[in-house]
Amino acid sequence: MEKFVTLTSVAAPLPEADVDTDIIFPARFLLLLDKAGLGKHLFHERRHRPDGTSTDFVLNVPLFNEAKILVADANFGSGSSREQAVWALADFGIRCVIAPSFGEIFYSNCFKNGVLPIVITGEAHANALAAAASGEPFSIDLERQTVTLPNGPSLSFEIDPYRKAALMLGLDEIGEILAQDADDIAAFEKRHRASQPWLFLDDGRLDSLFSQTDKA
Amino acid sequence: MSALTLYDKVWQQHVVKDYDDGTSLLYIDRHLVQEVSSPQAFAGLVAEGRNLVRPAAHIAVADHAVPTRLRHLPLPDGLASRQVSRLEANCERFGVHYIGMNDNRHGIVHVIGPELGFTLPGMTLVCGDSHTSTHGAFGAIAFGIGASECECVFATQTLRQKKQKTMRVTLNGALQPGVAVKDIILALIAKIGTNGGVGHAIEYAGPAIATLSMEARMTLCNMSIEAGSRVGMVAPDQTTLNYVRGRKLAPTPDMQAAAEAHWLSLRSDADARFDREVELDVSALVPHVSWGTNPGETAPVSDRIPDPALEADPVRRAKMERSLKYMALEPGMKLDEIAIDRVFIGSCTNGRIEDLRLAAKVVEGRHVASTVAGIVVPGSATVRIQAEAEGLDRIFKDAGFEWRDSGCSMCVAMNDDRLAPGERCASTSNRNFEGRQGQGGRTHLMSPVMAAAAAISGHLVDVRTLGKSA
Ligand code: SF4
Repeated sequence: MEKFVTLTSVAAPLPEADVDTDIIFPARFLLLLDKAGLGKHLFHERRHRPDGTSTDFVLNVPLFNEAKILVADANFGSGSSREQAVWALADFGIRCVIAPSFGEIFYSNCFKNGVLPIVITGEAHANALAAAASGEPFSIDLERQTVTLPNGPSLSFEIDPYRKAALMLGLDEIGEILAQDADDIAAFEKRHRASQPWLFLDDGRLDSLFSQTDKA
Repeated sequence: MSALTLYDKVWQQHVVKDYDDGTSLLYIDRHLVQEVSSPQAFAGLVAEGRNLVRPAAHIAVADHAVPTRLRHLPLPDGLASRQVSRLEANCERFGVHYIGMNDNRHGIVHVIGPELGFTLPGMTLVCGDSHTSTHGAFGAIAFGIGASECECVFATQTLRQKKQKTMRVTLNGALQPGVAVKDIILALIAKIGTNGGVGHAIEYAGPAIATLSMEARMTLCNMSIEAGSRVGMVAPDQTTLNYVRGRKLAPTPDMQAAAEAHWLSLRSDADARFDREVELDVSALVPHVSWGTNPGETAPVSDRIPDPALEADPVRRAKMERSLKYMALEPGMKLDEIAIDRVFIGSCTNGRIEDLRLAAKVVEGRHVASTVAGIVVPGSATVRIQAEAEGLDRIFKDAGFEWRDSGCSMCVAMNDDRLAPGERCASTSNRNFEGRQGQGGRTHLMSPVMAAAAAISGHLVDVRTLGKSA
């Protein structure tokens, strides 16, 4: 995964609450099988008119069409768990989303893809939105957990330590678990199987269920 | 030891280890695999040369992209066809059991998990789909995950998670006739907001819960994510045990007594503390419909569309204005005068046998309005077969509905069933987001009986007044 340490970029303002993942990445493009190239469909309905022409949506505006930061509003990324929403943002070039609150699954998906979601609320968020509109660059320092706005003030943000580390080091979480916790998992599984054996279908029940010709 | 909630107990029983940063490695008992969130997860395994560690912990089915008619023919959409065959091929390669589109056990993941007894009380269950909260109706910790997390479960059978806070929603009183559990959850979301549950595992409790069937509890837990909460749960009771007994993957007879005793021990201790408490008197509820573009923008069907000008919060006001513009509605309009073009009865929220029985009762002996096209999509083949055995398909067809095969259908615009731009739909699904049912389509969420009544009337209507002069 691409590391995230610092980032300096203009920030595209999107002052709209409840931008769900269906808006970020419409369902019909979920049929695509690869992560690469999904940026084309990011905010598809907002960026394109039905006749194919471009709208004046913020990411279409020359000032912001290469923004690496998005300043969004409350409940950004709510709804569907589709990780395509984050893949599309990342593919478009967005590495950081700033909002007062996020949909939980979206928030978690960001960290798997080198995208930093930053929670900033209240007046600080209002300032960030206003500053974004100026088109001057923001600077983000993950180590120090700060967002520095173009007009000066530095806003600090909270982030879980393990998520911070994962982003800064570009950690492969699955690799880490396999390397460090495999024995613990095996030991747990043994105890778990002994105490709740009905949870395990390796006894062939699944095979026998599926060997029946239960066709319509 | 201090008193524990249902969530605390199931959580504790699945912690492999606690890391010193406040997160835990959680063991995942089962995973439902579907075509949309799995291709990239399988591709990740291949790219890293990793194994899928416990194939018997997964079952797979294609539900989102499949058509709901003419299923014996090749899929008409090349992309959908490719996605479904990719799932089949991945399952073959990694030894995961796959349920085909024409199999009698086919259906929406969240409908077939419980039907097969794959979903059991007290387990951890995940799926690359946000409505995995449905399975919490059994007293499981069940939550939606992204594709990267699906890959992690494939490869490690665990997820690194932070424990959620807890919220108890106590439901008092009893529902009035014509009012459904869908109205409870819509009213709850309108009350606490679409992010009211963020960071919390919800437990639904109280006297009203005891009387609810498993189907109704699933509807409730299903839409927890619409309140922002990944997890919604109900403590296992006799209703739960009765539902699970005899299911194909339920505990074998030699394990049944121990399993059931364990499940009944999971209920929250009497003195357990929740981080947040919410109460709702369901006896005062009336049928609800959504008017906007998120499930919190919902009101009693007898109300008028609210006026954004009266909303003090500027962000909310802007959102309401945007919703009304998208929905082509004006403040002050009466909700029960809104005409509709389409009706969708189905989805993992309301595509179960009980939902179809209730809707059929409303349409029996009546006919869908001439201006409306309605489809009924059973949530699974099992539901379809049961409904056909009871003659429900006849009732719907005689009333002018189309009767379909199982799948997500018009809940999500990624198969052949979708709204045309500008079309307005009365829908029993769970999301009324912009474009959710098709580009430019407009969705009003409601219960199955309310959708049935809307189909007959041609407009949103209080099902309790159907057939009576206003
Ligand atoms: S029916 Fe709708 S909400 Fe349920 S799994 Fe399918 S697409 Fe998702």
